[in-house]
Amino acid sequence: MDCSEIVTGIKNKLPDFNPIDAWQSYPDEAYIKVREDAFKDVCTVLHKLLPSPIMMLFALDMRKDNTKFVINSVFVRPKSSQWIIVTMDIPQENPVFETLARGIHSASLFEREIWEMFGIQPKGSPDLRSLNLHDEVSPRGNYPLRKDFKIIKPGNLSAYQFARVEGSGIFEVPVGPVHAGIIGPGHFRFSAAGEPIINLEIRLGFTHRGVEKLFEGKSYLEMVRLSECVCGDASFAHSLAYSVAAEKISGLIVPRQGLILRAIYLELERMYNHVNDIGGIAVDVGYSFPAAYATIIKESILQLNESLTASRYLKKVNTVGGVLADIDETNKQKLFKSLKIIKHDFNQLVKILDSSVSFMDRVDSTGILKRKTAEDLGIVGLAGRACGIPADLRKYFPGVYKEAGFRIGLQESGDVLARLRIREFEFRESLRLIEELAIKLKKNEQIISISKPELKAGAALGYTEGWRGPILYWLKIDNCGLIERCKIVDASFHNWQGLSYAALGNIIPDFPVCNKSFDLSYSGNDL
Amino acid sequence: MINILKNRILKGVVTRHIDPALPKEIVLVGNELKSLILKQFGRSLHIREVDTGSCGGCESEIISVNNPIYDLSRFGINFVASPRHADALLVTGPVSKNMLVALKKTYQAMPEPKFVITAGDCALDGGIFKDSYYVEGGVGKILPVRLHIPGCPPSPLVIIQRLLVFLKSEQADILKRK
Repeated sequence: MDCSEIVTGIKNKLPDFNPIDAWQSYPDEAYIKVREDAFKDVCTVLHKLLPSPIMMLFALDMRKDNTKFVINSVFVRPKSSQWIIVTMDIPQENPVFETLARGIHSASLFEREIWEMFGIQPKGSPDLRSLNLHDEVSPRGNYPLRKDFKIIKPGNLSAYQFARVEGSGIFEVPVGPVHAGIIGPGHFRFSAAGEPIINLEIRLGFTHRGVEKLFEGKSYLEMVRLSECVCGDASFAHSLAYSVAAEKISGLIVPRQGLILRAIYLELERMYNHVNDIGGIAVDVGYSFPAAYATIIKESILQLNESLTASRYLKKVNTVGGVLADIDETNKQKLFKSLKIIKHDFNQLVKILDSSVSFMDRVDSTGILKRKTAEDLGIVGLAGRACGIPADLRKYFPGVYKEAGFRIGLQESGDVLARLRIREFEFRESLRLIEELAIKLKKNEQIISISKPELKAGAALGYTEGWRGPILYWLKIDNCGLIERCKIVDASFHNWQGLSYAALGNIIPDFPVCNKSFDLSYSGNDL
Repeated sequence: MINILKNRILKGVVTRHIDPALPKEIVLVGNELKSLILKQFGRSLHIREVDTGSCGGCESEIISVNNPIYDLSRFGINFVASPRHADALLVTGPVSKNMLVALKKTYQAMPEPKFVITAGDCALDGGIFKDSYYVEGGVGKILPVRLHIPGCPPSPLVIIQRLLVFLKSEQADILKRK
């Protein structure tokens, strides 16, 4: 598979299209370099042709090398298990590009991020408000991801402009950043008339820690530990996506046993989070017994994680080249035994929930996200599958999942119940996958690549399907092995917008259960 | 209903001893704690949690502390929804610049007497995020911190043990002053 097929596909729609260059950097990554004026059209064509939301849109500061900024736009092509990356140069004298957001909604947040982090302006953009560098804290004109940035310089502060709904009887309810529960910080601004929510604006960025900048200038072999701290409840998926990118660049081949172990740990992470959310949904409708029951299941999975890897959250397990924790014969038996108990408890939990009419009444047809809306917003992962979008990176890039016969979970209705059902299905599917995969584990096998990483410059995309959805790491390394750019996209970044649409028309007291049914990450979004 | 009753009976009591080797110590601390909490805070200690930019790992473990297995509330320690109801503030995260004002306001909203606890390595000095342009680097620079619970994230057992030991030493202090 090469890129000529894709280029021909674009040419069918855009007869005058001529790429500057097109190449395949890895079997699963194809680049198309285009002129500045063609970028928008090519992206729009690909968006409809593949069809794929913009999975990533990000800038690079290459001014030192060639006086240019670079913008990359990443699409996924399931048909050939490939990522298509459209790239263009932007001269440093005039850091402006034509906005994609008017035609492709999923570009909107990325463009705001590029504007705030690099000072490259998306011309004609419908929304240029800041995301992570809050106007009340950081003056405009600080561009942290430019290479010459040192610290936030003082200057004039301003205030964030919320979208206003006007009219008689409309009132606003501001909530956050400090919430009632033990959760991350975010601000929700509800506009309501009577009971139903008319508009919900979600303002995030409170946990912005400048993670992407922290990666820069460090040796890529050591930064797996930082990727684990990007999002604590998906620490394994994040370190996995990072490691995949690093392995592609350094030419390390992870042994088969390592790949199987990674899949097992990834599914364990999915399981403890899914059951946590099922319990969370029960909490938010005031059904405390199954909620407590779910925490017992979650705790037993965390303890299983600890006994297998010495870490409840599977930290310090991934490394560039493989994994550090094998599952030996005794642990394998322990794993099977624990899974049996977990399976039994989980079935009981589902039974308790299903047999309560009042619980079903609360979750059924609450917080509906329509498929059309989800497709327009570029909703990914679990939330997408709950409204009928059959996207899962485990299906697109199967690897060891193929042998285990991976099945995708799908629902149509897009409500809280649909997201609950997806979680139930995926929990059971993960259980089955782990059992299938664990049988394939052998004694005393290599779990980590023995070859030395090649020290060379390069860039690659690492990816995995975390429990919320796809997690992407685009990593660029110089020839000394130091990181030049690390762009991270967690599924939460796409899906927070989905929540603000799902909540519409619902009453404010139902918002917590809508929110929990998405359970998106603050830290993974804010970076 | 029948499912609930059946599972309630079959599961039995799942609550764990905090340290199987030292059950006496725990009972002792627990009892002393009750008297301290009774004196100082009127029957029970209420904690408000604030995330100032943690990755969510610490939150997950703090939630676990309240599950039926660890069950912190058996010692009279509860988590509350508002700083107005709280005696102690439990802070996680390296204090992102965007959370600075919210953190200070939350502390100001608490009634006296009050104290601050931090949990997780990044709350101590910024941890892995120390060198970032957008973190203040530790809660201690902003609020007077009385207790730090280390770990990345600290496990539920560590959180409970540290809390109990700290409250015990607090009590000793109070007795000495008398």
